[in-house]
Amino acid sequence: MADDVMIRLENLRKVFPGSPRPAVDDLSMEIGRGECVTLIGPSGCGKTTTLKMINRIIEPTSGQITIDGRNAMSIPPHELRRSIGYVIQQIGLFPHRTIAQNIGTVPALLGWDDTRIYDRVEELVETVGLDPEMLGRYPSELSGGQQQRVGVARALAADPPVLLMDEPFGAVDPIVRKHLQAEFHQLQDDLGKTVVFVTHDVDEAIFLGNRMAILEMGGVLAQYDAPEKILAEPASPFVERFLGGERGLKRLALLPVKDAGLARGPFVDVTAGPDEARRVMEANSVDWLGLLDGDRLLGWVDGSRVGSSPLRELEPRPFLVTLDSEDSLRTALDAVVTGHARVAVVVDNGMYRGMLDLEAIAGEVTE
Amino acid sequence: MTLVGQSTPLIDWDWVGRNLDQIVDRTWQHLGLTAISVLLGLVISVGLAVVALRWRWTYPPITWVTGLLYTIPSLALFALLVPIVGLNATNAVIALTSYTLLIIIRNLVAGIDGVPASVMEAADGMGYTRQGRFWRMEVPLALPAIIAGLRIATVTTVGLVTVTAVLGLGGYGFFILRGLNTFFWTQILVGVVLSVVLATLLDVGFIWLERLLSPWARRGR
Amino acid sequence: MTVWEEVRAFLTDPATWSGPDSIPARLWEHLWISVVAVVIAAILVLPLAVWLGHIRRGSGVASTVVNIGRALPSFGILAISFLILVQLGAGVGEPWAVLVALIALAAPPLFTNTVTGIQSVEASTVEAARGMGLTGKEVLSRVEIPLSTPLVVEGLRIATVQVIATATLGALVAWGGLGRYIVDGFARQDMGRLIVGAVLVGLLAVLAELGLGALQRASAPKGARRGDIGNPAQRSTV
Ligand SMILES: Nc1ncnc2c1ncn2[C@@H]1O[C@H](COP(=O)(O)OP(=O)(O)O)[C@@H](O)[C@H]1O
Ligand SMILES: [Mg+2]
Repeated sequence: MADDVMIRLENLRKVFPGSPRPAVDDLSMEIGRGECVTLIGPSGCGKTTTLKMINRIIEPTSGQITIDGRNAMSIPPHELRRSIGYVIQQIGLFPHRTIAQNIGTVPALLGWDDTRIYDRVEELVETVGLDPEMLGRYPSELSGGQQQRVGVARALAADPPVLLMDEPFGAVDPIVRKHLQAEFHQLQDDLGKTVVFVTHDVDEAIFLGNRMAILEMGGVLAQYDAPEKILAEPASPFVERFLGGERGLKRLALLPVKDAGLARGPFVDVTAGPDEARRVMEANSVDWLGLLDGDRLLGWVDGSRVGSSPLRELEPRPFLVTLDSEDSLRTALDAVVTGHARVAVVVDNGMYRGMLDLEAIAGEVTE
Repeated sequence: MTLVGQSTPLIDWDWVGRNLDQIVDRTWQHLGLTAISVLLGLVISVGLAVVALRWRWTYPPITWVTGLLYTIPSLALFALLVPIVGLNATNAVIALTSYTLLIIIRNLVAGIDGVPASVMEAADGMGYTRQGRFWRMEVPLALPAIIAGLRIATVTTVGLVTVTAVLGLGGYGFFILRGLNTFFWTQILVGVVLSVVLATLLDVGFIWLERLLSPWARRGR
Repeated sequence: MTVWEEVRAFLTDPATWSGPDSIPARLWEHLWISVVAVVIAAILVLPLAVWLGHIRRGSGVASTVVNIGRALPSFGILAISFLILVQLGAGVGEPWAVLVALIALAAPPLFTNTVTGIQSVEASTVEAARGMGLTGKEVLSRVEIPLSTPLVVEGLRIATVQVIATATLGALVAWGGLGRYIVDGFARQDMGRLIVGAVLVGLLAVLAELGLGALQRASAPKGARRGDIGNPAQRSTV
């Protein structure tokens, strides 16, 4: 199993000179290869300090750091850092260098030749979703969101196995942040880097982390587990308080609708006759009917119109709320509540998968 | 306009034509004194700035002393240097150089201090060595401030060189002093105008140099 | 004779202590012309600067003034002023040419510092004052002027030191002041006269710098004081 551990922190401790209490105290944790661990806790609890000890921007007072089986203390800091990607909230793009030069920083330091750097930069620009036209620009000519994409690309440039990120999306506005989070989630799925991701945003930590490490003041590890486990069973009152009042909702965010028990609902094929249609409505105690063509969702019709003419000739109306089976239950709940609809239908590429109503979602919360 | 009691025109173009050689000579003298003083000032300032950046407590006394030097009127400084080095170009260069120090040091230190902490942290995180970070990040990013300092120092020095006329030098100041002593207005005007033109040309030259060396600083969003 | 002996000889000469070329007389000339020049310059530019600052239109003018001011050598301004006044009929040896040049040199720092000082009062502060019902005049007298005082005093310091230094050059256009000793010292190869003149001029300039620097710090509101001797680099040296 030891081979699967990428970063191992053992009894890590940092006391800043002149400070009576340690910023990080006796911290031990293992981070698996390819795992994304989010590090979260109140402001000043030692998240940044912990992260910076991993690439030795801050030297630990005591304790051990092992990266990929090697003692980090035995590697010269600048060499260690060239093998670890680093993204910070202030981004820290080099203002005097073009976007291409910024992204190519570490490859250049590693002595790659120009064509190889150039190819790599082009590839990365695509990876992080930037317009290649921006390569010749300077950082001041980009928006905040674009700058942070460059920051991520720069960290990935030399294909480091480990990525350290300190509130990387903290400085951009909420809408752009959501975008960047989703993109990074996808990127992480594709690249499988080992990531330590510091954030103070609980939702972000839950969304991005395979595991979450919650730190208490003084850098003490309060709980370290998968988000759904932590949400279901907070280890202490501190963790419970820290997660906030919407634990159930947050857990819903982690559950895809496809894993919830989807009901078939009052749906019939357009070839069905009026008797069968009435029977299905009665069985579901509703006065509307969903129409399918095979598996394809057509829409719904009011119960009063059933029987007036063949189902095929009724003009079905579209559902207000449709979901993808990968969407979370929280999205489903939100859609139902804000859409003022009684049900949400789940559709993948036009194919009907089932439906959810408020009660079904509520059932998942209490489970 | 003509001179009271005389019928010489204010500008005697004939004189200018006859003395082009001398004007060229004085141009070189003016440029030479300026260039030597500013370059020497730059070298000394870099040394002092390195000291000030490494040992922060030395910065206030360094600016205090160079600030007082800057306050002493040039005529007085030339005079005070006479018993030490005599009445010559060395005297002029020492005085002129000492006036450049305050401006250049301030801009050097402010330029280096002005490099954003996030850039330094990112550079560390990317794996720059201390030296690499200094030469690849701090120096280029401080360049606009450094050039601005050199620009102010140069323009100021061009003006001060005129006063070295009292030491028998003066560049264009030679014409001004000679014109004042002989009431020959053409010489005064030639001296003042050429000195302003030289200062302006160098000023523009530095602006151009700054754009050339730090294109990133001007292209805003 | 060594330098010291020459200095002693100059200092023990009775003419050094009384008469038109004595230290008291030269010091007096130097001081009055400096003070008068600064006062006249202040009367001329402060109203305009305050008004431009108040309507927040002065920063462009201010930076132009700074750049032009730097390119014009003080010695050149003095020479041109002499030329013009003699053309207008002033007598050689009279103080008018020097006075005009000194006023011209004192004006830019007073102008730019006042404009900058008033414009540096934050827009939100001014807005709050207006919101409380202060008229434009009251905003100026109760908010903008008090808050900009330290910068105006700094302008005064810069202008005064510059004027004291440039007055030294007055001897080059046939006027007196302490610079007379230096110019005559050079001309007569009189080392004693030269050194004493230089020391007096240097002391006067440094004292003005330090004294007005102290005034500047005292004028700053509590909590906004700066540690150093002000920033001599803001004026050009002479
Ligand atoms: N360079 C430093 N010198 C002294 N104290 C520091 C330094 N950096 C951080 N600290 C202190 O260490 C504690 C943890 O800081 P940090 O790791 O930055 O917290 P956060 O969890 O907000 O990232 C804080 O109390 C902070 O004041
Ligand atoms: Mg932090």
